[in-house]
Amino acid sequence: MDSIKSWLARSGMGSVLILALIIVVVFPLTMDLFRLNLVGKYLTYAFVAVGLVMLWGYGGVLSLGQGVFFGLGGYMMAMFMKLEASDPETTKIQSTPGIPDFMDWNQITELPLWWEPFRHLPLALLAVLLIPTLLAFIISFAMFRRRVGGVYFAIITQAVCLILTVLIVGQQGYTGGVNGITDLKTILGWDTRTDEAKYILYFLNAGLLIAAILLCRWIQLSKLGTLLLAMRDKEDRVRFSGYDVSMFKVFAFCLAAMLSAIGGAMFVLQVGFMSPSLVGIVPSIEMVIFAAVGGRMSLVGAVYGALLVNFGKTYFSESFPDLWLFLMAALFIGVVLAFPNGLAGLYESHVKPRLGKRKDKPAAGTDSTPSSDVPPATPLHSGAPHGGKPLARTALPDGVQGTSA
Amino acid sequence: MSLTDIMNITLMQGFAGLSLFSVLLLMGLGLAIIFGQMGVINMAHGEFMTIGAYTIYMFSSLTETFLPGFASMYFPFAIVAAFCIAFAFGWFIEWALIRHLYKRPLDTLLATWGLSLAMQQTFRSTFGAREVSPTLPDWLLGSWAPAEGLDIPINGLFVLALTALVTGGVLLALYRSRWGLRVRATVANRPMANATGINTSRTDRLTFAIGCGIAGIAGAAFTTIGSTGPTSGSLYIVDAFLVVTFGGAGSLLGTVASAFGIAQTQSIAEFFMTGSMAKVLTLMMIVTILMLRPQGLFASKIRR
Repeated sequence: MDSIKSWLARSGMGSVLILALIIVVVFPLTMDLFRLNLVGKYLTYAFVAVGLVMLWGYGGVLSLGQGVFFGLGGYMMAMFMKLEASDPETTKIQSTPGIPDFMDWNQITELPLWWEPFRHLPLALLAVLLIPTLLAFIISFAMFRRRVGGVYFAIITQAVCLILTVLIVGQQGYTGGVNGITDLKTILGWDTRTDEAKYILYFLNAGLLIAAILLCRWIQLSKLGTLLLAMRDKEDRVRFSGYDVSMFKVFAFCLAAMLSAIGGAMFVLQVGFMSPSLVGIVPSIEMVIFAAVGGRMSLVGAVYGALLVNFGKTYFSESFPDLWLFLMAALFIGVVLAFPNGLAGLYESHVKPRLGKRKDKPAAGTDSTPSSDVPPATPLHSGAPHGGKPLARTALPDGVQGTSA
Repeated sequence: MSLTDIMNITLMQGFAGLSLFSVLLLMGLGLAIIFGQMGVINMAHGEFMTIGAYTIYMFSSLTETFLPGFASMYFPFAIVAAFCIAFAFGWFIEWALIRHLYKRPLDTLLATWGLSLAMQQTFRSTFGAREVSPTLPDWLLGSWAPAEGLDIPINGLFVLALTALVTGGVLLALYRSRWGLRVRATVANRPMANATGINTSRTDRLTFAIGCGIAGIAGAAFTTIGSTGPTSGSLYIVDAFLVVTFGGAGSLLGTVASAFGIAQTQSIAEFFMTGSMAKVLTLMMIVTILMLRPQGLFASKIRR
């Protein structure tokens, strides 16, 4: 028992277990399908946030272009589903049956060659994983080889983001333009819009996310993770010790890109469309704030960050649309000025010490409230990121204690 | 189409590029001071430009209502006001926000992005979501036709002259004034500058405010070319950053050269393809060149 306990403490698996419990058990039990689908959508952003923790928190490289990879992953999944949805039978009223409707509207009479591979699911899935990673490799290899600093890298990634958005919007006939790719229905004949499919996709998404966190945690605990940290803090020293610093950064960027692409593909599967509004500069920076709110060093925190900010966004942009941008601004500035380590940092600095004290007393920590009830309730009822923070803060430690005890 | 027609079209297209060049350069100049010299990533720079643009609009509507006879004269005063308001706001922002973050450049990026969101929403609730344009004085309208079939818009000429004036002023101030000396000393070696008695934190604040003020002038120039909306500034922010990085941070001449190059590439490309493809092509070229030559066109001699 003690060995399990110490392993949990050392590897940080306790918090991952809590998270898994919340998103796999608690959310599906307490929410209706509509809400659950919404959570599933937010969890796809969490892929990006987890990638950013590895890239930004551990690697010290800030990318403002994660939307590019999220978008690429999503678009490629959407292209496959669109081709399946526009078979000659259903599109026979078009002047050219068998091609996606937006191509027909733009007087394109033949499926472009680069759409052809997306007729096949294995090829499409492979493309979702490989093409964003390859693009990330090309960008980061070219830049880090020449020892480009973090600020320049951020600006270049932002430019890449702008390029992709303008390209997608401008090439309406090939990409669906501003509207994006819509009316996605089936994968290999399996309808993704039924209730059952939505549940399955949610659990698939949750499972993949947990797997991604475990993978990243494993990397963090390995020598590679230590090197990433060392490189972030004293790049030259790592370089002088004989390590090829640039390749580690390239690795972190490619990893983050691949995770984002998976998130994008899952987004399309669950939400049923893809549009340039998820690719551009604004969503890319918002994705950074998910990681920042959760804590740029905490994988689990990134997921909570993504959930909290998005719940806040949904609630506030529906109820007080004028206030939302101000709140978002306050969130950006507050996180940077007051809580650079986000929720996870608050937990580490304020809650954990107290927790340690309580543990010393023999009678403490026995009847902790069922932790799982609180975090999902937090975003739903209080909505405001600020109102949500203290609750989530107190809820987390109880949960951690609950599993480790 | 005769040869003179082609010449005229080339000239006019080139001049359209010059208008874009002016706005980019004015945006880039402010950013070159803030980002190139101080290393602060000011994502709200575009919103400082919007402040300038809205100041012109406010002046225009105020003179229309209260001093109709003054309508042909207000523009120069409005430009000065645009500078002053953006300057004052920049001063305040440096004091409230930026000075806490000098050691964390990537965090400045996030904080100023938040700032830009708040500013956009403020513009939206103050001036409305619709785009507005000031009533330009008569002498700015119309065009100048030096030859048959060749029309050069006067507002373009005016913006070009304004840009030349501001650029000259900034160069002069940076290399010939006490302020410029202090800025360059602070950039080159902060502790040493401190040791020689330069108040570096005061220099930083002044520098940031001047950069923002120039963004205000960029906004003033912008109103003569396009209409202003709450998010007008954010359209130019990425381009402005690319102008500075492409020119080589820390080099004002590089900023001028890269603004010219980018604007001309884009407006010439626009002649051959759609606007969005021209933009994609231009950005792709910049990014590719920056990947091959990250220090930009004119590398600064300062090691960082």
